[in-house]
Amino acid sequence: MSMANSTAKSERAQLTRRCVKALLLSAAVFALLGAADPATRFNEIGHQMMCICGCNQILLECNHVGCPDSDGMRNELMAALNRGDSDGLVEQGFVQKYGPTVLAAPTGKGFDRAAYVVPFVALVLGFGLIVLVVRSWKNRPTPAIAGGLPPIRGAELEQFRDQARKETDL
Amino acid sequence: MAEIGSFALLLALALSLYSFLAGLIALLFQAQSPQIATPLGSPSLRRAANSASTHRGSTSTLLRSGSERIGETARHAGIATFGAVFLASIVLVFCAFRDDFSIAYIFHHSNRDLPGAYKFAVLWSGQEGSLLFWSLLLAAYGFVLRLRYKTDARLFAYASVILAGVQIFFLLLLNFAAHPFAIMQGTIPADGNGLNPLLQYPEMVIHPPMLYLGYVGFTVPFAFALGALIMKYPGEKWIQITRRWTMVTWAFLTCGVFLGAHWAYSVLGWGGYWGWDPVENASLMPWLAGTAFLHSVMMQEKRGMLKMWNMWLVFATFWLAILGTFLTRSGIISSVHAFAQSSIGDWFAWFLGITLITFLIFFFKNKSHLRSEHKLESLVSRESSFLFNNLLFVLLTFTVLWGTWFPKISELVQGNKVTVGAPFYNRVAIPVALLLLILTAVGPLLAWRKTSIESLKRNFLWPTIGAIAVAIFLMLTPQSWGSAFGLKPWKDISYFYSLMAIALSVLVTLTVASEFYRGGRVISKHTGQGMFASMVQLTHRNTRRYGGYIVHFGVVVVIIGFAGAAFNLDKEQEMGYGDKMTIGPYTLVCRSYTDDDAPNYASEWALLDVYKGGKQIGTMTPVRRFYKASQQTSTMPDIRSGLNEDLYVVFEGLNPDNGHPILKAHLNALVMWIWMGVWIMLGGTVLALVPNAPAPVRVAAPVRLERTEVAPVATGD
Repeated sequence: MSMANSTAKSERAQLTRRCVKALLLSAAVFALLGAADPATRFNEIGHQMMCICGCNQILLECNHVGCPDSDGMRNELMAALNRGDSDGLVEQGFVQKYGPTVLAAPTGKGFDRAAYVVPFVALVLGFGLIVLVVRSWKNRPTPAIAGGLPPIRGAELEQFRDQARKETDL
Repeated sequence: MAEIGSFALLLALALSLYSFLAGLIALLFQAQSPQIATPLGSPSLRRAANSASTHRGSTSTLLRSGSERIGETARHAGIATFGAVFLASIVLVFCAFRDDFSIAYIFHHSNRDLPGAYKFAVLWSGQEGSLLFWSLLLAAYGFVLRLRYKTDARLFAYASVILAGVQIFFLLLLNFAAHPFAIMQGTIPADGNGLNPLLQYPEMVIHPPMLYLGYVGFTVPFAFALGALIMKYPGEKWIQITRRWTMVTWAFLTCGVFLGAHWAYSVLGWGGYWGWDPVENASLMPWLAGTAFLHSVMMQEKRGMLKMWNMWLVFATFWLAILGTFLTRSGIISSVHAFAQSSIGDWFAWFLGITLITFLIFFFKNKSHLRSEHKLESLVSRESSFLFNNLLFVLLTFTVLWGTWFPKISELVQGNKVTVGAPFYNRVAIPVALLLLILTAVGPLLAWRKTSIESLKRNFLWPTIGAIAVAIFLMLTPQSWGSAFGLKPWKDISYFYSLMAIALSVLVTLTVASEFYRGGRVISKHTGQGMFASMVQLTHRNTRRYGGYIVHFGVVVVIIGFAGAAFNLDKEQEMGYGDKMTIGPYTLVCRSYTDDDAPNYASEWALLDVYKGGKQIGTMTPVRRFYKASQQTSTMPDIRSGLNEDLYVVFEGLNPDNGHPILKAHLNALVMWIWMGVWIMLGGTVLALVPNAPAPVRVAAPVRLERTEVAPVATGD
């Protein structure tokens, strides 16, 4: 009996491992799909950068003819992609030339990481706080009934609750 | 005329000061006068005490009647403030129509050839005028509030004093820091600088008033909340009084925010409607906090819970509206919106500080009054769904605030600014918004106190199956069917988000529809009416609940519109006579391009024939204008809107070498859904404001009851 149990357990563990591997593999495949296309990369990286002319627009969305900067920046981006530079290298080159404000969002490095971490820390803390609040509310003593009668609980309460629902439901 | 305007502003300040101080004195005396009590003791002592108490009683009566009279004069002064501010506003508009360029504000924001509607809009087009307009709206809200004081004289008196306090701040600003009637130095110019070209668009005549009605309107629930806190007001009556104010204000703010988005879409010419600019964020933050308040306030009404939280939320909403103004006027955060930067930022900082301290003092002094009356019975209940709903709304508010301030924080910490644009918000805010959408589906169907697993299954099984089926359908269909089809989530994260948003929207829609259907079915069974008539009756019986569902449905339609952004296309091309540009299923053919001259502006435009499936479906005329007075250019994109997508064409300029126009075409998917969704949201809000129809009275045959001992039932309430 115990041998059969352990075999079933190991089969289950194997199945779980296979599922995890399959999921990771498919995630990797999905992540790589389309990554090699230069037009897609141009579009993606171009939307991660700002035009520096002062229009405060995303590089590929800067729409005024005669902008002193956006055409040159787009050409530089295309040239870097044609050279085969990685995304990180392209961004690094732009930051060196135009300063950190050329990136449309903070990077995930150094203090910039805080931009992304803080909202999620707030989310976790918020959830924690709600759990604490819910616990304290659940543990709050039930208000005493006038006349000292004990409150109805359990199945009897459920019965009354159902009755009330039936009677008041539209 | 400028003298009349200046005098009206000074008079308004004096009246507001009187309304505040006299109202405060009246409330202080009223708070002290009822404390006289008759002591117990021997008859002689009682007689002596009674005689003293009669004397004190008459003093107290005198004091009370005196303080009531003072309070009444304060109320009248508050009402008169509206008259004075209204006069100042009328004078400013009149000066704009008279082209009185001796007034600096008129010179900077108007010109002779400006069309009449925009001359009217001059009132809120610049810093000084918009502050005057803010003050006017606050005075108007105060006017209505003070006229309706009989609903609850004491609470209204507190709210009136608080409103007067806020009004004093704006009138001090107008009189001493940003005077709209300041006179030009030297010779009076023949013509003005003109209105900012971006503001010369019909929506700009109504967008700022809507937005300001929303911003200013949240002062009213805040004033009532703070008043109730100060006077330790028993019960939830202040919430019932302010419920309509809050909903109307929220509707104005919603309208203002989306009109701003529509204006950006129609005028700025970059093809989008939301750029996460600090000014846009400033309008979104109070909207998010106000929406959280509208939800959580139901917990207080129904269950007497979240009293402290609601107090904080209403304060945060008011405070964020002021903070947004501070952000955009102080120059602390850079924005593309061209508000003049001046020293008024310091005034706002002080005001924010004072309001925060005032609120904190009264909150900590009286917070014992705000204890919850009930306990939570189950995590699977309407109560907990409201808690999570509030968490997510507040988190979104915090994220927007954090993103808006982060460039400044980064500068302080690491010495350099960073840009926090759309990619940041897409990464951080979209997942939270999707979670919120799940709660929008789940929350309304959970019962108060506790929901059983069976009930969950019954309510959610079919909507969930429907949502999954739609998601699979959208994944498997070919992309050639249209924008939202052929959504392969593994191709791009934006496709994943879009698919999730659409599937969850379907889930919300089905749960909302099932609520209407189940309620309608019960009424239909009892009355024999048709299903539609039964659903109408159901809605009329509880307009707030079913109006709320319609608002949720509107939100879902808006979300589907947002999800369309993943499929947007754009193309830029120089186009001579007969040149073609193809984008998606459309082909644009340049038939002509020319220029034109009007008194206020000169324009260049192109005439394009639009073909779809080889058949001409219309013509488009994108325009670029050059405004003579301000010497600035502005684009007027031509937008051909459809349910599936918008064809959006911008005249970007002329090639200096050959004079050919350079055009940019955008194919923006599902944008129309956003504007439709907003109308539905507003319709739902209006419906929620309609009073409920009385429930039908059933007369039953009398039943003989036997006298039995019945034990009381504890229901937890």
